[in-house]
Amino acid sequence: MAAEMRHTNAAEPPAESERGIEPLAPVLAPGQTYASVTDKISSIVLERPYHPGWLIGFGISFALVLLLLFAIGVLFTIGVGIWGINIPVAWGFAITNFVWWIGIGHAGTLISAILLLLRQRWRTSINRFAEAMTLFAVACAGLFPILHLGRPQYFYYLIPYPNTMKVWPQFRSPLVWDFFAVSTYGTVSLLFWYMGLIPDLASIRDHARKRVSQIVYGVLALGWRGSAVHWRNYESTYLLMAGLATPLVVSVHSIVSFDFAVGIVPGWHSTIFPPYFVAGAIFSGFAMVLTIAIPLRRFYGLQDFITHRHLDNMAKVMLANGLIVAYGYVMENFMAWLGGDPTEVSSSMDRMFGRYWPAYWLLIACNVLIPQVLWSRRARANTALLWVVSLIINVGMWTERFVIVVQSLHHDFLPSEWKMYYGTIWDWATLLGSLGLFSALLFLFIRFLPMISIYELRELVKETGGGKQRPDLMSATPPTRSKL
Amino acid sequence: MTAEAIHDHASEPPPALYGIAAEFDTSEALLRAARAAHLQGYTRMDAYSPFPIEGMAEVVARHPNPMPRIMFLGGLAGALTGYGLQYYCAVIAYKINVAGRPYHSWPSFIPVTFELTILFSAISGLIGMLAVNGLPKPWHPIFSTPHFERATRDGFFLCIESDDPRFDPQVVRRFLSQQGAKEVHDVED
Repeated sequence: MAAEMRHTNAAEPPAESERGIEPLAPVLAPGQTYASVTDKISSIVLERPYHPGWLIGFGISFALVLLLLFAIGVLFTIGVGIWGINIPVAWGFAITNFVWWIGIGHAGTLISAILLLLRQRWRTSINRFAEAMTLFAVACAGLFPILHLGRPQYFYYLIPYPNTMKVWPQFRSPLVWDFFAVSTYGTVSLLFWYMGLIPDLASIRDHARKRVSQIVYGVLALGWRGSAVHWRNYESTYLLMAGLATPLVVSVHSIVSFDFAVGIVPGWHSTIFPPYFVAGAIFSGFAMVLTIAIPLRRFYGLQDFITHRHLDNMAKVMLANGLIVAYGYVMENFMAWLGGDPTEVSSSMDRMFGRYWPAYWLLIACNVLIPQVLWSRRARANTALLWVVSLIINVGMWTERFVIVVQSLHHDFLPSEWKMYYGTIWDWATLLGSLGLFSALLFLFIRFLPMISIYELRELVKETGGGKQRPDLMSATPPTRSKL
Repeated sequence: MTAEAIHDHASEPPPALYGIAAEFDTSEALLRAARAAHLQGYTRMDAYSPFPIEGMAEVVARHPNPMPRIMFLGGLAGALTGYGLQYYCAVIAYKINVAGRPYHSWPSFIPVTFELTILFSAISGLIGMLAVNGLPKPWHPIFSTPHFERATRDGFFLCIESDDPRFDPQVVRRFLSQQGAKEVHDVED
């Protein structure tokens, strides 16, 4: 990373480039060919031996998965009383984690669908693992609403099905909408991701040497042969799916925010919640993409594909969404003051100066103040700094969800009801375990599936004027650190 | 099938042919060859490439793209299912008075209707795309073409199929070689 920084500083552009006249950095390093991009990405799956780094990373993540299973086991045996929840704070960590995870997922869909529709070609190198991240984040998110039910074995009551009790779900409740939104989101993300993988699975099938790989990837590729007619149907479906995923992603976090906004709890009952939640979701999601992308491109030597242009663009998206989120924070307090409702005013004052004040000011620092360094071009070019900022935003967004859920509930209408909430060791174990589940799935993904869309990279090679140059041009790219 | 076998074929009964495939070096050469074949009047052919080539489907496809229609109908079915389900639950099967709202409180039914529209449309998209393409199909005669594994890396193939009314192996072979094909191979059925 130090070498990269030095490189950036050495190539420091003259003054006018600070004003944005400088041509954009490439989205793909020059000298790539169809064959070189195919071989580079598929070799990560097919040829690299297991590196100790991967094994250690996966081992730690898997240990955390075991912790999650243990925490869930205890929860199912004893009940939700092992958590710190009480009345009035009945939601606690579970819903905080749910909202946080599902928000993280949103950046993946945004990158893969909205940027596709907007013809932002720089998305190509990052869409695949961003989509995988969406899927794994939704898997983590989906756990929590079920875990937080007192009787989780009856979660299927949310599904409308004919039953002997002759009872049907109550469709005027946002909690039922939420069930439909999250399950649709998970399913559509899975379909979209798998569909994008099909041509790449065929690439891997055709270049695998081992019989097992040939069979497994062959089955998954469904016999894809790159026929022109197939490509036409495929591309049009992919584009339409992106068109469907775009309003879907906006609807999902809007509906998640309805869980709060439709309630009358002071601090929740506000029309700004849907846009504020969607912006927050994109904000935290992009932070998570950067948190993953920066180490990934370094360990697998993917700087040619995930270039500084990608990091720079993602940092800008993050900055813009951070400002929308900051506007949301200001508006919450402004509307409480403007409305003059005593409970709203009391809740706002408590948020800032009450017993949860450290959490509130931590989120202001993490989500509003620190991200402002991204205005500086030099800060965005510094990958180490960018990575730290993205981690800080992840923490800040979790804290924001915590404040919305816990602080609002603990300070509702009657002072006699006010009660503090503290997470217990089981709350923390479940949160930590879900992080482990997320990273274990990611580790498996980067080892066994192409983490960058190969066929879209080949298209990018064609568009950027590359193609069938001699493969020895590959050596012009900097020697990569084949770490894992 | 080797070049030798191709030359020998006049003396032997010809094997059942799926078609004759030619490999090209670039996507432009492939598109040129496909257009030339189209002008020659060939209708049963397909091109194979590692990425979609703009303008190729218009040359080789015999049917218009059915996907938008399939996905629209899927979405429509989803919308009707979503709204109908909620109407049935809330108005017919299980009436509950929630804060005095009407049983048919349609604004509350929009979110689930919307989600099911998206869900049905996306599922019909993936399943429809696979069905229209005839996938999954683990084996296809074209896979026996030498070097066909390049079709998912950097090879560009055009195959004129034997069920084309104008198909004559000799003529097709000569035609494909004239288009600048790197190699021309018979593809057995």
